[in-house]
Amino acid sequence: MTGSRSRRILLGAAAPIGAIIFSLLVTSLLLIVTGHNPFEAFGAMTSAFERIRVVLGAVNQAAVYYLAAVAVAIGFKMNLFNIGVDGQYRLAAMLAAVVAGTSWMSSLPGFLRIAITLIVAMAVGAAWAGIAALLKVTRGVSEVISTIMLNAIATFIVAYLLTPQMLAVLDGNNISTPKITEGGQLPVVSFTGSTTPLYSLVLLSIIVGIIYALVLSRTVFGFSIKATGMSETAAVASGISVNKMIISAMLLSGAVAGLVGMPELLNGSSASYSLNFPTGIGFTGIAIALLGRNHPVGMVFSALLWAGLDSSANALQGVGIPRELVTIMQGIIVLSVVVAYEYVRRYRLVLEAKDVAKALAAPKTGAAATTA
Amino acid sequence: MSADSEVVVTPPTYKARRSLPPAAWLGIVAAGIAVVSLVRIWTGADNLDSSGAIQAAITAAVPIALAGLSGLWSERAGVVNIGIEGMMILGTFGAGYAGYQWGPWAGVFFGVVCGLLGGLLLGLVTITVGVDHIIAGVAINILAPGLTLYLSRLLFTDAPGGGQRQSPPISDVGRITLPWLSDWLGEIEDKGWFFVSDLAGIIRGFTTNLSLLSILAAVLIVVSTFILWRTRLGLRLRSVGEAPYAAESLGVNVFRYKYIAVMISGSLAGLAGAFLVVGLKFQDGQTGGRGFIGLAAMIFGNWRPYGMAMGAGLFGYTDGVQQYDSSGTAMHAFLILVALALIAVAILQYRSGHKIVAAVAAVIAAFCLWWFSATDELPQQLVKAAPYAITLLVMALASQNLRMPKADGLIYRKGGG
Repeated sequence: MTGSRSRRILLGAAAPIGAIIFSLLVTSLLLIVTGHNPFEAFGAMTSAFERIRVVLGAVNQAAVYYLAAVAVAIGFKMNLFNIGVDGQYRLAAMLAAVVAGTSWMSSLPGFLRIAITLIVAMAVGAAWAGIAALLKVTRGVSEVISTIMLNAIATFIVAYLLTPQMLAVLDGNNISTPKITEGGQLPVVSFTGSTTPLYSLVLLSIIVGIIYALVLSRTVFGFSIKATGMSETAAVASGISVNKMIISAMLLSGAVAGLVGMPELLNGSSASYSLNFPTGIGFTGIAIALLGRNHPVGMVFSALLWAGLDSSANALQGVGIPRELVTIMQGIIVLSVVVAYEYVRRYRLVLEAKDVAKALAAPKTGAAATTA
Repeated sequence: MSADSEVVVTPPTYKARRSLPPAAWLGIVAAGIAVVSLVRIWTGADNLDSSGAIQAAITAAVPIALAGLSGLWSERAGVVNIGIEGMMILGTFGAGYAGYQWGPWAGVFFGVVCGLLGGLLLGLVTITVGVDHIIAGVAINILAPGLTLYLSRLLFTDAPGGGQRQSPPISDVGRITLPWLSDWLGEIEDKGWFFVSDLAGIIRGFTTNLSLLSILAAVLIVVSTFILWRTRLGLRLRSVGEAPYAAESLGVNVFRYKYIAVMISGSLAGLAGAFLVVGLKFQDGQTGGRGFIGLAAMIFGNWRPYGMAMGAGLFGYTDGVQQYDSSGTAMHAFLILVALALIAVAILQYRSGHKIVAAVAAVIAAFCLWWFSATDELPQQLVKAAPYAITLLVMALASQNLRMPKADGLIYRKGGG
């Protein structure tokens, strides 16, 4: 069946590539309408990657996005929509930063400090997601609504805790958690000719991706997640406890979400959680998971694309085009890719129906030939 | 057949809906004011119901109510609209762009049109193509702020009084003040009498400096209720949200009604955005999650207009009053009101047999009272979280009473039943 295999890959790639081309067309149109030259814009964006600094920044960023995407994808695999990754990672990063910055941590060996920081982050993320899971299982509350509410509540809790009266310290004009002292962070890889280093926690994203792939394809738990996502009734019939799956998938998703802030915290130069800490990565994660179809490798490509677009935005400013052009491109890519996936899905059904019809017709004509 | 005649047909027993007579509602409102008045006198938090606080609450509540109404229209036709926030952002831009050039009402109109376009986009993706509603909404929420900021940088940077992230100032629509009544009520309010001054303060808040757009919003809520529950269009629109294939079998054009719903939904979200802009200016990030609070208000109100309006009023109150009351005492006193409301919920739930829910409500009420006695003022960040926490609480405690449209969020395909 080599023919159908290549067809599958072709159809799988058609949607994202089509979406990217479509977004290029729409943004070109927008550029022309607003009096800019599209070639100049896209040329500036591509030439940004001639600088190694920009490439390294994009890789670091992609690693962060990938973690968020995996967190979202774990939920997606069983039709759970964890919109709350955003709140989960911010609350987790903040509290982990507070723990990592405490003075008693300084006396511990480095690996233990890193481990404690990561565990706190995962625990906080899982706990915050756990509220939504608990509400869904016990009271039937839609996780979409509850996680939207929990996102907002997390925002204000972080704002409340990030005051000098509570857990933060005033550092010049910036309010941040106490800085992590020497040894509490992980080393970064410096490159010559680049002010931006490569984050060592890119490795964390790779590990999480491999675990995600293995759990999904090689374990009973992963099978149960996929089965529940495809048909809840079938899952129940085969003895899977849906409630248990909801709780564990949501907790896992939250734990991975907790890791999203870690590259910035443990590799970043600020070594603390402050008002400048990146926000909104949870929603980027949703977009990347959609674009990559929750596939461990697909999401690598989409995370790199997303981060690449982000890093090229500054180059647009140089030719007098607002950097938000990139956000528009990203928005159009998500919208058109989900539309394209829907059409590809329908086209695939048509092709399958044709194949089945052909397969059924073949022996019949053969039989007819022998009788004749 | 004779056997048939012996079958006793028992008429289906409908649980009588508890609809209270108007007099009872009046009594409840009066009792509510009396309680608020007692709390005000006891704590000395005059801004609990001063006319200024009420005005601030109305200003904060209107965009939330319009966003909630936006969600109500689309969800009643079975389309979940997570993109209200994005459509509001489009509305703020449209209002800013047209408003500074051709006046506030042109701004309102363009805000509505921009919101409508957002609604059409949601309709195209969810209804025609059949993409998951929540995914489409999230995508719109990514697209809208990028698009508006891009255009803002191009169009407003060189405009007089504008900037990269904001439009030039926009004049206000008309505001109504009842001339002699307002002053007279103000005098009574200043006396600080039990009940009378509170009533005067609340009425004065509603009759002083009231924006025409606030009145329009109130009218829209009433009209929406009428259309959705008293007209043929409304019946069909709701049938599409409850049982699209049944509606289809009766000859209802499901696509058409879903499109009508998302277009109205988008327009209302655009109006909500325009409300924020008119009298001020377009600013990047101006909506500040109000689209989501509107969604919360809709759920709080059980997908019904007046319940939604109550939710919007409550959330607008916490938002507006805490901004107005710089001393922070009003929100502190508000804790007692929350505790009292929760105690009432606990009693009602206990009587209808939900003992665990009643216990949870009572525990949270006790926590509120303890919080009140242990502190002097509430941190404002936590007050801002109140609408979301209250909605979460309502969903957790009263989910057995909440009922969303049955086919809400499900993808409809023609003839797919």
